Amino acid sequence: MAMLTPAETRRRVDASLRRRYRSEWLFRLYGLVSVLLGVGFLLVLFATIIGNGYGAFRQVFIQLEVQFDPAVLDPEGTRQQDTLASADYSQLVKTSLRTLFPDAEDRTSRRELNALVSSGGAFNLQKMLLADPTLLGQTRDVWLPADDEVNVFVKGRGPAAGAGSGDEAQRLSDRQIAWIQTLESSGKLEQRFNTIFFTAGDSREPELAGIWGATKGSFFMLFVTLFLAFPLGVAAAIYLEEFASRNWLVDVIEVNINNLAAVPSIVFGLLGLAVFINFFGMPRSAPLVGGLVLTLMTLPVIIIASRAAIKSVPPSVREAALGVGASPMQMVFHHVLPLALPGMMTGAIIGMARALGESAPLLMIGMVAFVVEPPGGPMSPSTALPVQIYLWADSPERAFVERTSAAIMVLLAFLLVMNAAAVWLRSRFERRW
Amino acid sequence: MLLMDKEPGFVPMRERGEPKDGAGKPAGKAPAIADAAETDRIAPETVGDITSKNAVIKVRGGNVHYGDTHALRNISLDVGRNEVVALIGPSGCGKSTFIRCLNRMNDTIESARVTGDFRLDGTDIYARDTDVVLLRARVGMVFQKPNPFPKSIYENVAYGPRIHGLASNRAELDDIVYGSLERAGLVNEVKDRLDEPGTGLSGGQQQRLCIARTIAVNPEVILMDEPCSALDPIATARIEDLIDELSQQYAIAIVTHSMQQAARVSNRTAYFHLGRLVEVGPTDKIFTNPSHKLTEDYVTGRFG
Repeated sequence: MAMLTPAETRRRVDASLRRRYRSEWLFRLYGLVSVLLGVGFLLVLFATIIGNGYGAFRQVFIQLEVQFDPAVLDPEGTRQQDTLASADYSQLVKTSLRTLFPDAEDRTSRRELNALVSSGGAFNLQKMLLADPTLLGQTRDVWLPADDEVNVFVKGRGPAAGAGSGDEAQRLSDRQIAWIQTLESSGKLEQRFNTIFFTAGDSREPELAGIWGATKGSFFMLFVTLFLAFPLGVAAAIYLEEFASRNWLVDVIEVNINNLAAVPSIVFGLLGLAVFINFFGMPRSAPLVGGLVLTLMTLPVIIIASRAAIKSVPPSVREAALGVGASPMQMVFHHVLPLALPGMMTGAIIGMARALGESAPLLMIGMVAFVVEPPGGPMSPSTALPVQIYLWADSPERAFVERTSAAIMVLLAFLLVMNAAAVWLRSRFERRW
Repeated sequence: MLLMDKEPGFVPMRERGEPKDGAGKPAGKAPAIADAAETDRIAPETVGDITSKNAVIKVRGGNVHYGDTHALRNISLDVGRNEVVALIGPSGCGKSTFIRCLNRMNDTIESARVTGDFRLDGTDIYARDTDVVLLRARVGMVFQKPNPFPKSIYENVAYGPRIHGLASNRAELDDIVYGSLERAGLVNEVKDRLDEPGTGLSGGQQQRLCIARTIAVNPEVILMDEPCSALDPIATARIEDLIDELSQQYAIAIVTHSMQQAARVSNRTAYFHLGRLVEVGPTDKIFTNPSHKLTEDYVTGRFG
């Protein structure tokens, strides 16, 4: 082969350089475009959810002058707790509304008037009276939650939109809109922070529905999952990495763990239904069963992450420990585990975050039920946050739209907190060697 | 030169990526004048006196297989008290394999199979009832790459005595730690920062810390696997001085690729070639007047 002259070499390198730079520039462009697209979609998603959901954090309240009339609540004057508890408090609300708007005389207009205040208002009054029986016979100014349609109307109406315009108005009659405007102008109607949303369980009435029940259910489940999946997963990973000898049985186990990580989650739900509920007779809709199912689902993820973390510990540390006479278990627990723990915890938290967002297997074990009461423990019936979102998204009432988005925001906030914790743990406990 | 290469067929600990001494090169055959069969022919048995007056370690007919590779062939060698034995030879000749047999570090390699008679003070190292943990407490090891634990300097030295229960209280433990650091010539450099991480020291200091960690367990034998190969000449000189001092008390077997180092620190030198122990003898004889042709070629730098 003939030698190239230096000038020819330079020319050829020069020509190839331009090509290389161009392809590098193109590659960078592709990367940038993909990143921007991804970020763009994420922003659209967040904007939609926040735009739809922020309204749910405000709630419309109506101020009424309620007289705790003994004639209505306790006509026989027994003052018994039972009588007071089962009395007809909605009558008080109706009476109070009628004194406020005496123009509602016929049946239809009275029904329309009563529909302004949520049916939950009566429960508020009942709670007040039971907490303080001396209220009987007295008159109090009380703020009661408005009905969901009133909420939708008040929040949805722009400042410029007048009564009767748009489809908002079609749900409320002109009379009702007039009453709302009267209440507003007299300062008896205002929006407040929606505590009900964070403290109540599910309800058929959107203005009374909250995520506390679902949140509690999710937490009970995650506790069960964490306390089962983390120790089991770490122990399995340590055994497979450090103690198991290489043979076909271990290979089969390894392959199957990797396969389990890819099994669709609804299959775990079916398994949970067949094993935990049908065979072991555990209660339906219980966070305990949900936690067990999510443990099955999370376990392979934690095992794989933990094994990767153990593998990344340099062999020199093991040799050093064995060299001074540490037993294999001392080597693992004194040296390998502390170095691998940040990676293990990161894997566990990522697995838990996935479990928190999981809904499909929970549908299988009955956690999709309508549960009003927040669960008292891992055995009581409950839903979970993602299932609650699914339930609300399915509901016909318009006021559930903003609650669905608000619940998604809460779920996303939990996920962000968990992922931030994973990052923090890694940077806090990661040791260099 | 293939100074950093592995023994042939060396299998890293449980496929854990990097093999024990770091270099990722494939196991290369040294450009030797003799291949394995020829070595068998021209060096069928060891030349020189394999015995030692005060033998602590006695090996007779030691063989190691890594899977199908016959890495050590019929080795017999003693290591005596207050004696430094240097193991030299081209890469892949089995020096490291040999010393790793003496504290059973080869146990961590699944494909390794060790046969032959290995004795520490008369007890069989590979007997069924020999406790590996006790064995490793009696036979300490310093590795090629300084590998302090990612813990404080104090904890590095205190770890061994603590797990073996050598100190009954904190004061005794302090004594052991200070004493070991002192004998490792490190105490003046680190006494004010014992709670700083051992990994923050310089390479030479780290290696001396590893030596302090080894002598803290009060072993009878210290194995050193190329302890200076990652160090600069000044740090190397300090370690060599230290080896000299330690030989007053311990039996030391040191693997080295530096013939100058072997000549400086050892009393006896063993020349390994392709799994065979070719020649053993007093160090000055090996370097000035070797009996075997292979040894002569190696120490005169004709290959290796």
